[in-house]
Amino acid sequence: MQNKLKIIALMLGAAGLASHAVQAQEKVVIGYISDLSGLYADLEGKGGATAIQMAIDDMGGKVLGQPVEVLSVDHQNKPDIAASKAREWIDTAGATMIFAGTNSGVALATAKVAQEKKRVFFTNGAATSALTNAQCSPYTVHYAYDTVALAKSTGGAVVDTGGKSWFFLTADYAFGHALEADTAKVVKAKGGTVVGTVRAPLNASDFSSFLLQAQNSKAQVLGLANAGGDFINSMKASKEFGIDKSMKVAGLLVFLTDVKSLGLPATQGLLHTTSWYWDADDESRKWAARYEAKTKNKPTDIQAADYSATMAYLKAVEAVKSTDADKVMAYLKKTPINDFYAKGVIRPDGRMVHDMLLAEVKKPSESKGPWDLLKIVKKVPGDQVYTTKEESTCALWK
Amino acid sequence: MNISMPALLSQLLLGLVNGSFYAILSLGLAVIFGLLNVINFAHGALFMMGAVLSWMAMNYFNVNYWVMLVVAPLIVGVFGVLIERLLLRWIYKLDHLYGLLLTLGLTLLIEGGFRSVYGVSGLAYSTPEALSGGTNLGFMFLPNYRAWVVVASLVVCFATWYAIEKTRLGAYLRAGTENPRLVEAFGVNVPLMVTLTYGFGVALAAFAGVLAAPVIQISPLMGQNLIIIVFAVVVIGGMGSIMGAILTGLGLGVIEGLTKVFYPEASATVVFVIMVVVLLIRPAGLFGSEK
Repeated sequence: MQNKLKIIALMLGAAGLASHAVQAQEKVVIGYISDLSGLYADLEGKGGATAIQMAIDDMGGKVLGQPVEVLSVDHQNKPDIAASKAREWIDTAGATMIFAGTNSGVALATAKVAQEKKRVFFTNGAATSALTNAQCSPYTVHYAYDTVALAKSTGGAVVDTGGKSWFFLTADYAFGHALEADTAKVVKAKGGTVVGTVRAPLNASDFSSFLLQAQNSKAQVLGLANAGGDFINSMKASKEFGIDKSMKVAGLLVFLTDVKSLGLPATQGLLHTTSWYWDADDESRKWAARYEAKTKNKPTDIQAADYSATMAYLKAVEAVKSTDADKVMAYLKKTPINDFYAKGVIRPDGRMVHDMLLAEVKKPSESKGPWDLLKIVKKVPGDQVYTTKEESTCALWK
Repeated sequence: MNISMPALLSQLLLGLVNGSFYAILSLGLAVIFGLLNVINFAHGALFMMGAVLSWMAMNYFNVNYWVMLVVAPLIVGVFGVLIERLLLRWIYKLDHLYGLLLTLGLTLLIEGGFRSVYGVSGLAYSTPEALSGGTNLGFMFLPNYRAWVVVASLVVCFATWYAIEKTRLGAYLRAGTENPRLVEAFGVNVPLMVTLTYGFGVALAAFAGVLAAPVIQISPLMGQNLIIIVFAVVVIGGMGSIMGAILTGLGLGVIEGLTKVFYPEASATVVFVIMVVVLLIRPAGLFGSEK
């Protein structure tokens, strides 16, 4: 009997704590939803959580006088899991900000939840430009990069150097479709043509058959509109089948970890766009060294953006002295970002506009260390690569 | 859509390469299920282990591909013997579901362990020198290594089939499957046979893993996607049927390859559609017999 009483008392206590969390809106709770174990886990994953925690620690661990809490979950690349988790966190754990990681499908689904519940929504890992265009929301901040910027930067650079006819190998979901469509638009606008497209299921184990179709198309450029493990396996097969001898391979979304994993001999010369590179300047090197001390790896651009975005959010909450989403968003949109990751502004549509880096993978002979992988070809100004006001269909930016 | 003959031929050939992996993996599953009645979910993880072991041997000890083609299956085979002796033997009397859950748990442990050490982006493993380069077949450029995959797996598959169906040892095995008590009465050590069979079955998975190492990026997740397809292959071929597993594996590889040309979006699902159809028409699978 006594035990039963104890249990009931405990349950009441727990319920009390939970309702306390809901009422005490001034406590900052960040809900981080990313791929922690699947094909995208190295791009952001646990390293993203580390970066977020680093930002919180740099703020002294507390905002508005209360410790900042981080919840995290593995979305397993399933939008339904992510959306229901976000809902649960907002309803029962008092999440004040949803931080959605890699996977565009997941980001689109959770952004909807955040909009409905009026919570600040950040995403760095997701690429689809729909987040700040057709499906834009007053609570979304799309921070690191998007498919339009990748398309205009990498796609534009490849067409300019003579790659006029394209064949796309596309990941068959929201992200791949967006990247393919945005790049095709750039190619056509610059007088090029799209000869064909093949859409491969996410996480396919063998890409050789798709690559042969690309080769048979006789296009000059093979555009890889995929990412992470899919990108790695298609690059590997394109070497094996000698595709790279008859076609120029353009990686439309390439991460540092992809290059590291494939190795320089297999990737040298690959032109791609990244939102940040650890070795680009002193400030970046300094932060990367701190991150490496914790994780034994250099950060990807997404992980660096995770730090920067968390910092921007926490400072905004501190400045408006509230976690109220409308107030925080208003502050974020009028305050420029200026740190090691980027110098930029958050536009009315939620897009953080900052310069991108057009990079080329180094030759093995040029590399001086295990992470010395890229050379920066040029800085591409943000206003040249992100969606323009004329192109935008977002009602918030009219 | 117009597809030229050369393009079609090359896709058929690539389908055969993938089918070789399916065949060798489903063969191991079929052998294990036939004798142990265990649905070995850990097969994908052990396949991955074979690949990672060959990478580790190359990177830490400079041991080459050809050595690991023999050594990795042996190591994983011994690991399999331990799994059987320490874990599986306790659950033979229980429902199939327990074996499935136990091996699924093992999979999560093995994959999780490798993931925490190596991450998911994967490890690069280059093609052995003797097999690098390719041959121009007229209708396509076939990397020599892929041709080797087909040859090696066909040899191993048919050797296994021969050993089980045509030799005295195989006869004991098959008899042990039908009636273990009777075979034991004739003085055959059935538990030992069962242990070795499991070891052999998972060694096949590791062999496939080493074969796959230069083709697929080695990653802790590499077995995950493959294993689900391979289960479908076993179901389509008929549980426990050796030849069924081999032929179905090759056949489905080819069908999947063709799907990649005609309707690529469906290439990840076509095997499961076939599985549903086969189960409706022949519940015991194409080559299986109802007990």
